[in-house]
Formats: sequence, C-alpha cells, structure tokens
Amino acid sequence: MIHFVLLLSRQGKVRLTKWYSPYSQKERTKVIHELSGLILARAPKLCNFVEWRGYKVVYRRYASLYFCMCIDADDNELEILEIIHHFVEILDRYFGSVCELDLIFNFHKAYYVLDEILIAGELQESSKKTVARLITAQLVETALMFNL
Amino acid sequence: MNPFTSPSRLRDLIRAARACKTAAEERAVVRKECAAIRSSINENDQFFRHRNLAKLMFIHMLGYPTHFGQMECLKLIAAVGFPEKRIGYLGLMLLLDERQEVLMLVTNSLKQDLNHLNHYIVGLALCALGNICSAEMARDLEPEVQRLFLSRDLDIKKKAALCSIRIIRKVPDLAENLMIPAASLLKEKHHGVLISAVQLCITLCKVSDIPLEHLRKSCIKGLVQILKELSNSSYTPEYEIAGVMDPFLQIRILKLMRLLGQGDVECSEYMTDILAQVATRTESHKNAGNAILYECVETIMGIEATSGLRVLAINILGKFLSNRDNNIRYVALNMLMKAVSVDSQAVQRHKTTILECMKDSDISIRKRTLELVFLLVNETNVKPLTRELIGYLEVSDQDFKGDLTAKICSIVKKFSQEKKWYIDQMFKVLCIAGNYVKDDVLHSLIITISNALDIQGYCVRSLYKALQNHPDQGGLVQVAVWCIGEYGELLVNNIKVSEVENTMNVTDSHAVDVIEASLKHHLSDITIQSMCLVALLKLSSRFTSTSERIREIIIHHKGSVVLELQQRAIEFNCIIQRHQNIKSSLLERMPALDESSYIGKRTSSSQVNISAVKLTRPTPVASPSLPNGVAHAPTNPLLDLLDLIPDDNPVPTSSTNDIVQDLLGIGLGNPLTSGTIAPSVGTDILLDLLSIGGTNDQNDVPVLDVSSKQGSEPLTNPSTFEVMDLLDGTTKDRSTDDEHPVYPSIIAFQSGTLKVAFAFTKRPDKPQITQIQVTCTNLSTDEYMDFIFLAAVPKFIQLQLEPASSNILPANSDGAITQTLTLTNSQHGQKPLAMRMRMTYKVNNQDKLEQGQVNNFPPEL
Repeated sequence: MIHFVLLLSRQGKVRLTKWYSPYSQKERTKVIHELSGLILARAPKLCNFVEWRGYKVVYRRYASLYFCMCIDADDNELEILEIIHHFVEILDRYFGSVCELDLIFNFHKAYYVLDEILIAGELQESSKKTVARLITAQLVETALMFNL
Repeated sequence: MNPFTSPSRLRDLIRAARACKTAAEERAVVRKECAAIRSSINENDQFFRHRNLAKLMFIHMLGYPTHFGQMECLKLIAAVGFPEKRIGYLGLMLLLDERQEVLMLVTNSLKQDLNHLNHYIVGLALCALGNICSAEMARDLEPEVQRLFLSRDLDIKKKAALCSIRIIRKVPDLAENLMIPAASLLKEKHHGVLISAVQLCITLCKVSDIPLEHLRKSCIKGLVQILKELSNSSYTPEYEIAGVMDPFLQIRILKLMRLLGQGDVECSEYMTDILAQVATRTESHKNAGNAILYECVETIMGIEATSGLRVLAINILGKFLSNRDNNIRYVALNMLMKAVSVDSQAVQRHKTTILECMKDSDISIRKRTLELVFLLVNETNVKPLTRELIGYLEVSDQDFKGDLTAKICSIVKKFSQEKKWYIDQMFKVLCIAGNYVKDDVLHSLIITISNALDIQGYCVRSLYKALQNHPDQGGLVQVAVWCIGEYGELLVNNIKVSEVENTMNVTDSHAVDVIEASLKHHLSDITIQSMCLVALLKLSSRFTSTSERIREIIIHHKGSVVLELQQRAIEFNCIIQRHQNIKSSLLERMPALDESSYIGKRTSSSQVNISAVKLTRPTPVASPSLPNGVAHAPTNPLLDLLDLIPDDNPVPTSSTNDIVQDLLGIGLGNPLTSGTIAPSVGTDILLDLLSIGGTNDQNDVPVLDVSSKQGSEPLTNPSTFEVMDLLDGTTKDRSTDDEHPVYPSIIAFQSGTLKVAFAFTKRPDKPQITQIQVTCTNLSTDEYMDFIFLAAVPKFIQLQLEPASSNILPANSDGAITQTLTLTNSQHGQKPLAMRMRMTYKVNNQDKLEQGQVNNFPPEL
C-alpha cells in the first residue's frame, strides 16, 4: 500500500501531504524533514527509488515540485511511477496546465482530486475521464455560491 | 470582531503568508489569523465556518499547531449541505489522525452519511472512513459498508471496496464476512470497480487463509479471463496508457494471481498460458509496459512455475539490465537477487551484463550489482569474477572502494582453493586499496602467510616489490613490513625461488632501507610506525651487520611524543645494546599462528568489558605474534610486558581469564597459557603468569619486580619503576609466607590511606573454592566516595565478586565496606592463589587510584 503522499517544492516547502498510515503530528514533521533532505539532495540522473527505513520511496520531479510516495518494500515501484503520472495528468486536466501556484492557492481542490484517485493507500480509478467527471459533478454540487 | 466585515479570504491569507520575508513575519501573520479564527469559533459563527477551516488547513500545512480547530470539523460534518460536509471531511482527514479520541465523535455522523440519499455524500463518508478510521470505528461501521457493496452506483461500490480494505487491515477478523461480497464484485465490468475489488481480494488473501482458499476455487477462471481480454483487446482511449490497456488493472490481477498460485500447483498450471502471453506480448518501450512485465516476472517467480516459464522470466530481467533507464535496471537487479535463490544457473548466464552494471554512474545500482555478484560467486567462477572486480576496484571512486574491498576480501577468503591464489589476490587488493582493507582481514592474511611455509619466500619477495611500487597503501605496508621482519633472510638469500619469479638481488641494507622509508612515509600512523620498529628489531638479529644502523634509526624515536613508540624505541635500543646474548633467541622465527585459536581469542577478548580504546595497543599485529603455548620466546609479549606498568587500566571484575593478560598490559588476545609453559624460575606463580618460557636463565627473564617482598609492601606508585630494573631481572626473595594455621585472615593491602583485609572461609568438601570476605577501611581523614574494588586473578583461577555493601567509605576507619569474593582454583594443590587488586575512589572531588598485589595468601588455600 501507499503509506503517504508528499509534494515538496524545490526549497523543501510542503505543498501537499496525505497520510494513509498512522503517524502522529510529531512523527509527520520528522518524516517530512528526513525525506526532504534525502530526496532534494539526489542528483538528477539517479534512479527514482530511495530506500528509507525499510520502505521504498518513489519520487518524481515535475517542474519545481517533487511528488513522493512511500510504499512497502514488496510493492511494484514502476507502477507507482505510473500512479504519480496519472495523478499529475488529472491535475493538469482539472486546472488546465497546472503549475505550482495553482496547487498553492487551491490546495483543497488538489486534495479533492487526490481523494478521487487514492483511498486507503490504494488506487481507486484508472480512467482519467471518470475522475474528471466525478470532480466536475461535485463542483456542481458545491457551486451554491461557496466563496472561500 | 466587527460584525460587518467578513473574515479574510483564504487566498488573502495565502498571499500574506507568501509575502513574508522572514520566519518571524510569517509567525506574526499566522498568529493574527489564528486569533481571528479563534474568536470566530467562540462566537459560533456558522456562516464562515468553512472559510475558517480552509484557513486552518493552510496554517496546518505551514506547520503550526491547529488543534483548536478540530471541533469545527465535526460541526461542519454535521451540517446539512454537501459543500460544508466536503470541507469538514477534508479538515478531518488533514487535521486529525486515527489515534485521537475526537475521532470517535464522528462515528455517528459517519453512520448517518453512509445512509444518506445523496450518493456524493455517501462517497465522502466512505472516503473519510477509508483513510483514517480507527479499529473501533471500523467494527461499528462495517455492516454499513458491506451493505453499500450492493449499491447501484459504481462510484460507491468502488469506494466501499477500498474502504473495506482499511477495515480489514484494522480488524482482520472481519475478513471472512467480506469474502463473498468481494468475490461477487469481481464479476463487474467497470474497471474502477474491478481494480478496487481485486485489491480487496489481495488484502483478504494476505490477511487470512480462508478467503485465500475460497478465492482460489472460485475466481481464478474469471481473473484469467479478464487478463486475457486486456491483453488482447484493441485500443480504448479511456483506459489506454502508452499503448497498453489499463496497466493498473493488469498489474493488480497479476498480483492476485501470484497470491493464489503460491504453493498451489494446479492453480499455477492454469495460469501458465496467460502469463506467457503477457510476458511476450506486452510492449516494453514505455514505463507502463515495463511495469506490467516486472509484475509478471515477480508472479512467475512467486508461483510454482515450469522451468520454461522461469527461464522466460529471467530473460526478461536480462533484457531489463541492458535498458538505458536507470529505474528498470535497478528493479531488474533487485529481482535477480531474489531469483538467484530460486534458479541460480539461469542468472549465471547473464553474468556479463550484470558486470557491466558495475560501471554504472548511479551509486545505488552499483551497490545492488555488487551484492548480486556476491550472491553469484561460487567455486567455479570465483577466479574470473575476482579478476573483474579487482579491475573495477582500480577505477572505482572513493566512497565505493570501502564496500568493494570488503566484498572482494570476503569472496576471496570464502572461495579460494589454493593458498597461493588467495595470497596473490590479497596482495593485488592491498596494492590498489590497502588503505580500505580492514584490520582483521590483514591479520588473517598474516596468519595464512605464517601457515603457508612453502611460499613464505615468494610472499616476502612479492611484498617487497609491491612495497616499492606502492609505498602509500597503509594495509600493504603493515603486511609487508611484518613479513620482511619475519622472513628477512628468505628475501635476501633468495631462498626457494620458484621458476616464475625473477631473481632479485636484495641486500640486508635494502631491506632496512625499505622499512626506513615506510617509517618516514607514514609518520602519522602509529600502527605502522610500531610495526616498523619491531620489524627493524627482528632484522637486527637476522642481519647482524645492519645492527648498528638499525639502532640509529630506533634511537631516533626515543624522543617520540607517542608513548608506545617511545617505549619501544628505548627498549629495543636496550636489547640491541646490552643484550646481544639473548637477542637471537628472543627474536627467533615465530611459529605458525593458529588461526582458529586466534579467532577464538579475539572474540573472547572482545567480550571482555574493557574500554578497548585504552587497552588496544596500537599494534594489532602484535597480538597474533603469540606463543601459543610454545617454548620459543616471542618478541612482542615480552616487550608488552615491559611496558605494562604505567598503563594500568580499569579492569572489570568478571572472571574471564583474559583479564589477567590485559591487566598485565599484554594487549588484547594474548594468552599466556601458563599451564603449558614450563615455569622457568621458582614456584612463584606470578612468574608463571609472566613467564614466557624457553629462557631459563634468571637474568634473562625480565621479571616484573613486583612486590617480591611481603605482601604488605604496597604497590602504590608503580610508575616509579625503572624500566632498566626489569631487565636486570633481580633475584627474587622467596616470600616467607606466614606459616599460619588454618586460614588466617591477612592484610592484603595497606597504604597510608587505605587498608584491605581478607578473611577466608572454605567448605571442607570443595577445597578448590575459597570464599574471601574483603574489608576495606579508610585510614585518612577524608571520606571516600564511589569506592570500587576490582580484582584480577591468573588464568587458572576463577573469580566471582558479589556487590559491595556500599561505596562510601567514612573517614578515620569509622566504618568499612565489605565485599564477598569467591575464588575457584582449578589447579588447587599445584599452584597457590594469587591476586592483583585495584581500588578507585573519589576524595574531595578528585579521582584516586590504588592498587596492589596479594602475595601473602596462606599456602594451604
């Protein structure tokens, strides 16, 4: 299963975190700190898998953001790369050519999208079209003059 | 708060936070906002609750504490509309985790939402439940979730399936309830539902065996069918990724098949066809295809596959290895390591490709390759593989060299069949990476050389040559210097030159030259310096013509700042100058070292609780040069004996006999098997302790001039001993023991400040065991704190020390500390008891130390 999802900027700022395993607040800060150090320091040519505390962390860099997912040691890393890409493509479709700023100002929407892709650390839907449809439908539901 | 202004919008907060230049500014902004939110919460403002929560979530992401907002989540969840619930659930998932008790309060809301008519709300509830429910909530709400399996909405079905994954993980007992609904979900057509259902089945199988059996019987046909369709089907834009149909579903089905086929031959047979089809037909240009192939290979290796299928799998891995993508190669190496245990032969065929990966630029790939190569080595391919590895060692970079060296050394040691080949390889490694070779590897190499009598000449000559070419490799210098010292005459006289060697003309002075050069070159490495000094001493006996020159070199170190070197220099100088008569017997060739006993001693001495830093002589090679109970007088223990006095180190009171050696400063792992060495002088057992046998002359035995008089002579200032006195070997007075009747108590130690008395008891049926009651009294006017009494005994005696009565010793003999000690003399009747003791205490915040030896045990004991 995926234990957590982490989106980090190049400077180490956290843009999104989602935890599917029990980590207390203190542990979360610690984990983020450790992984930031580990992943941001990697050279570009290296492979996208890092071994950390007995788990594997799969990461991929898109523009200025690092998308990291922590999985069990016996999971398929190549598949997680695909899931990360799936997520990014859906975000792209939803925001229309997504950039980091979109994710900063609309983090709650990014979370909604993530919740349609992963539940309990497992993939929910493999069709981008279906996910997009669901999000739009929920947007309509919310469109009752909701001004955040 | 002004009722007419609405609280700031989320994006204003975000902008303000981003505009802050310093952390302090950001803290100020956040503090202000938190205050506003708090007052808003207090006023129970419902209108902007969602906005406040969104702001709180942002503040949480920045890393600030936001626990005051937790109840707001609950209130929002309890609200009526979808938007509020949505943000409420999001807040719940973000701000809380399953361990918080507040979560329990949500259970009721969740239950209501799970039964809601609006299926988006049901979806929200399922999502929240699936992400953070605790075990109690899982148990409570499981029936609801199970009911939702039957909903008509596909979205709800898939969310319900995933939610139950978490429920089963938290409460494994519920697995059987969900077995049948899960199996029925597998009949759905929608990919989303299928993915969730397959994943649920995987979790069920992992958790318990009953679902595994059930699924094995009922679902395997269906799964194979689905996979076949996916593999064969034509282009559907919705699910197609990089030319492959829904890789996610394919991968999951393969995973489930692996679990079902494990251990079940019939099932595995059924899958063979489809696995072969997937393995051969999937496109491997893009990551998606490779992901499927990877999973396929894992499945083949996991089930009871035919050998043909296995070979197919390993070939796929071989292809992966030549892929340009780092990730693929990494993954392939990982899998190959697992595959080696299953089918080693097939993996061996890809050896060359694997060795290519050694040169990769990615360090994690190099490490993986190294481990894989290590697994692949066996007797047949060890020679070519070692050649490759050593070739690679030359070009590898610094951080990798250490690992690589260690691995090469262990491979060579494990699989070498002839000594000569082993020694050759080790020499090569030493030449290239001598600095990275660990000490124990060097020692075992030296032991092997000392045991390989026929090729010692060859060894020393090769080392001589190597040393001239690579003077800066520390490990090489250590081994070479030792060998030249030991086998100098083989080098110079070209003894036993084999046909393949070129004859060298090395003279005595060349040999000394080379050692002198090493001395100069490695000024900072104490180990090498000490070894060079010892080697020079040995050469001075072997090549008497160079004796004077060697003496000059050694004198140079008399003023060294390092205690060890200074001592050695002085002592060796003394030996060369004044003791020519014993020099040759002193420095005779060492016997072949016994490897197993050496290893045994190293492990036992490392178990002893001694601060290894202090006791380790900076001459690790000194320790193998032991007299394993042989009559020859070895050089090093002797000299270590001589420099034992100032360096007394705290000794624990455990009963291992190695302590004696360490106490006497002989260095780790030096046993003086006093039992086997014929005692040379008198029956004083301390001589036995220190005796090195062989030299029978009283004058020659450098006896520790330890209180040869009555035990009442305390050894309070051992450092006042002159080193020269030791070598003069004074005749010992026979201590006139007190010829007292049955077990009198003795004063074991008395100084101006401390008195220690022993009282003895013995059980009549066990004469070897003596119980001693130790009483310590303080003769000074200051109180002693942290008083610790330690004792050490010779090898044939075992010591047990009970805890002391206290560790504060009042002044003026106002009280005493008592401790019980039990001695077991295995050579009772043949050898009397002896003991050395040491007392440490604190007085006026200063540490003090006193020690002494007990020689006046009543002889009947």
